[in-house]
Amino acid sequence: MLLVILRKEFQQIRRNPAILRIIFMMPAVQLLILPLAADYEVKNVNLCIVDQDHSTYSQLLFNKLGASDYFIIKDVANSYDEALKTIEKDEADIILTIPPHFEKDLIRESEAKLSLAVNAVNGAKGNIGASYAINIINEYNQEIRKEWFTLPAFNPVPIIDVTYSNWYNEGMSYTLFMVPGILVILLTLVGSFLAALNIVHEKEVGTIEQINVSPIKKYQFILGKLIPFWVIGFIVLTIGLLISRFVYGIIPEGNVGLIYLFAAVYLLALLGIGLLISTIAESQQQAMFISFFFMLIFILMGGLYTSIDSMPYWAQVITRFNPVRYFIEVMRMIVMKDSSISDMRNQLLIIGIMAVVFNTWAVLVYRKRV
Amino acid sequence: MQAEQVIVTEKLTKKFGDFTAVDEITFQVNKGEIFGFLGANGAGKTTAMKMLIGIWEPTSGRASIAGFDIYKDMEQVKKNIGYMSQRFSLYEDIPVIENIRFFGGIYGLSKKQIKIKSAELLEQLGMTHEAKTIVSALPLGWKQKLAFSIAIIHDPKIVFLDEPTGGVDPITRRKFWELIYAAAASGVTVFVTTHYMDEAEYCDRISIMVDGKIEALDTPANLKKQYNAASIDEIFTQLARGAKRKAD
Amino acid sequence: MQQFYVFVKKEFYHIFRDKKSLLIIFALPIAQMLIFGFALTNEIKNTEIAILDGAHDEASQALIAQFEASKYFEIKKTITTTAEADMAFKADEIKLALIIPPNFKAELAHSNSARIQILADATDPNTATTLEVYAGAIVRDYQNGITNNYRLPYSITAEIRMLYNPQLKGAYLFVPGVMGMILLLISAMMTSISIVREKELNTMEIILASPLKPIILILSKAVPYMVISLINVSTILIISVTLLDLPIHGSLMLVMGVSFLFITTALSLGLMISNITDSQQTAMFISLMGLMLPTLILSGFMFPIENMPYPMQLLSNIVPTKWFFIIIKDVMIKGLGFASVWKEIAILFGMTLLFLGISWKKFKMRLE
Repeated sequence: MLLVILRKEFQQIRRNPAILRIIFMMPAVQLLILPLAADYEVKNVNLCIVDQDHSTYSQLLFNKLGASDYFIIKDVANSYDEALKTIEKDEADIILTIPPHFEKDLIRESEAKLSLAVNAVNGAKGNIGASYAINIINEYNQEIRKEWFTLPAFNPVPIIDVTYSNWYNEGMSYTLFMVPGILVILLTLVGSFLAALNIVHEKEVGTIEQINVSPIKKYQFILGKLIPFWVIGFIVLTIGLLISRFVYGIIPEGNVGLIYLFAAVYLLALLGIGLLISTIAESQQQAMFISFFFMLIFILMGGLYTSIDSMPYWAQVITRFNPVRYFIEVMRMIVMKDSSISDMRNQLLIIGIMAVVFNTWAVLVYRKRV
Repeated sequence: MQAEQVIVTEKLTKKFGDFTAVDEITFQVNKGEIFGFLGANGAGKTTAMKMLIGIWEPTSGRASIAGFDIYKDMEQVKKNIGYMSQRFSLYEDIPVIENIRFFGGIYGLSKKQIKIKSAELLEQLGMTHEAKTIVSALPLGWKQKLAFSIAIIHDPKIVFLDEPTGGVDPITRRKFWELIYAAAASGVTVFVTTHYMDEAEYCDRISIMVDGKIEALDTPANLKKQYNAASIDEIFTQLARGAKRKAD
Repeated sequence: MQQFYVFVKKEFYHIFRDKKSLLIIFALPIAQMLIFGFALTNEIKNTEIAILDGAHDEASQALIAQFEASKYFEIKKTITTTAEADMAFKADEIKLALIIPPNFKAELAHSNSARIQILADATDPNTATTLEVYAGAIVRDYQNGITNNYRLPYSITAEIRMLYNPQLKGAYLFVPGVMGMILLLISAMMTSISIVREKELNTMEIILASPLKPIILILSKAVPYMVISLINVSTILIISVTLLDLPIHGSLMLVMGVSFLFITTALSLGLMISNITDSQQTAMFISLMGLMLPTLILSGFMFPIENMPYPMQLLSNIVPTKWFFIIIKDVMIKGLGFASVWKEIAILFGMTLLFLGISWKKFKMRLE
């Protein structure tokens, strides 16, 4: 009996051009465009320099900043107020003001000040841009110091030398970070929307009555809806992985099989949610909306856009109920860190429980008789 | 000889909040009968039927279908009935043959049985060439026949038809009733709701519902004598004069 | 006029009968504002780290204490080998590891130099960089602490001022972004679905066959959603000002005015969509894929446009939300006035006329 249902579902899908288009085009489009767009690297910070000193040293600083990969000297202004306009117009991100007598102060008084005004509308960018600037200024400072002052072989002050090692992503590539996450989002969108719309569509059209009057059992009906989408989910995942491999050159460090394993359970959980929505919604528009609402929240709080660690405690608790979070974690763990199955046993367990809970709930809620 | 009663209801009632859609109806349907369930739109016919086939849960009262209680053994009931809804619920986006296969399957027929039945069915309907046609491309009359044939593909004891002739012309309606006769002749009890009073003449017995209650129940001939009317339509108008409920 | 009123009433009935959708229409902006405002932040806080203390002496303890005291970090575990660090990274337990070599105190005391290693999980490069900056700062603080007030000569100090958003709150960018998204969703998608629904139910023909002017039909569909959108804008602004502490630095009237303009733009987009399709499902999908997705990606609110490849930057110019986003950002956050944003307003206005023109033409074509 289950086979009969599956056959019909696949028949319907085959003949539905819209769905087929979604299955095959969406992964391609999203994966090709999103990672290109989703580049959070802070680079090409636009500087506007206000040089009120016009000395050799200020020129030196100017050159040093200009030579840096991180900065582009967009403009030079005569006063801070002039410079501020460039920030207002979003042409500059940081204003460096070199005060008058800068060089004199540094040589005579042995200390001088610089001021940085940072466009912090985008908090992260402002922060990082500022720290790049400070690094360069410190380097510059050290160079000047060496000119005037020979540091004795024996350090008069304790100096701690800090070395930084970036693990798992030496190239500090943002693509490596984003693409697996985007793949998860993709899978989530396709799966949940399709699942949510499906049962409601039958409700709207009326065929669901026929089914309710037949001897078919509830779980058979739900399974019949679940399995085709599961299959579609895998196809989308495979397309996604292929694109990651051949377009972005991302080869998972870990076991690809693990990705499929986790995806299998994840899809079940997701589809369970979709089906649940589908049984509750009265129209396709409602199903779409409710689905959209939850998916948006899940995706935003999934850890792709901002890290979960920085969220306030109550928000972190909420994310514990967010399946997307777990998959994104696992996806990154497998792709970038070669994590093993025992590393992800917590996530697997939680998603497994979600899958069972949501699907059972959907079966229970679905009533043939009202 | 006592006819076997395949549908028995006792004070079956359905309330939606304060509104009583079906008010304590009591009746019996015998095996092999064509039983017409008449009434104006909004009189409660569809609601009553939906209780019998397990879509609505009754508020009170009892009923049994093919000997099975609708409260306790609904799943057994479903194995013994067929249903054709008002909208002919077929899957419009897949071919005829796939619809047959699907419904045959969910009614519990084996693959072999489905194969045999589908060939028979298509032949009877003269649709053998249309097996692969997508249902939405069929004219309304054909969809109607198809929906009906699919409703009885598993040879159920009773078939429930909800306004099966809505939207088709009178000639097509007549032809459809020929199908119903054929089914009844082979032993299927037919329970049909309709608001076309002229179709009442085709039934063995009819009941007329007004405002949720059954106001008349007998053979068409007896009713005409009883009400001294020339047609069922007249009887209905008489009864409906007293009706408080308007159409849906 | 009477006809118009009747139609608008009918539309409102439709909307209010669908309680579940209604709930979502009003809850969505609120939920988003709350999430963005309170849950999402780029700030680094309580990041879990591991410490490998090879020295176990007073100096290392003191250094570790500074990390413990820092609000940026939370010491999750102590490890003894770098292999353990690897395992902890892989299990996603920590994001950073601090390696203190043996004889830390001795080295510092005798040769005034010591080496500390910081291992970062660079799967998220920006976070790694920021964490490294913060960790480095703590080490430097410690270093300055044990320095007996000896100042290095020739020191340059840089003072930093964060403009517009001194607390580096993430909310600032999100508010205009959420506004744009919600307005687009409600005004464009819902209007298009509403019009298409009439087509699906075949009531459209009846209306067209009546003496009712088509323009009244369209206006009547648009007005309820315009009202709902304005309510949503107000809700967003109120939450922004009261709960999120994000005041409107510029003119409120300007903000409302531009919102009104954008709503019209979105409505005309919805109209365009409704002209293309006869099925609700398709209208929904087109709205989502063709409007929402590009808006999310190319409007500049989630992903910085300046980082995108040039063709995409060009593409972003046809996304109306991008311009709306710039205007609102400038007015609300930077407090700029009409003089600074008139160009963008003009662009939005032009787009609206364009969309309306296209819709009108298509509509007339159908009638013939």
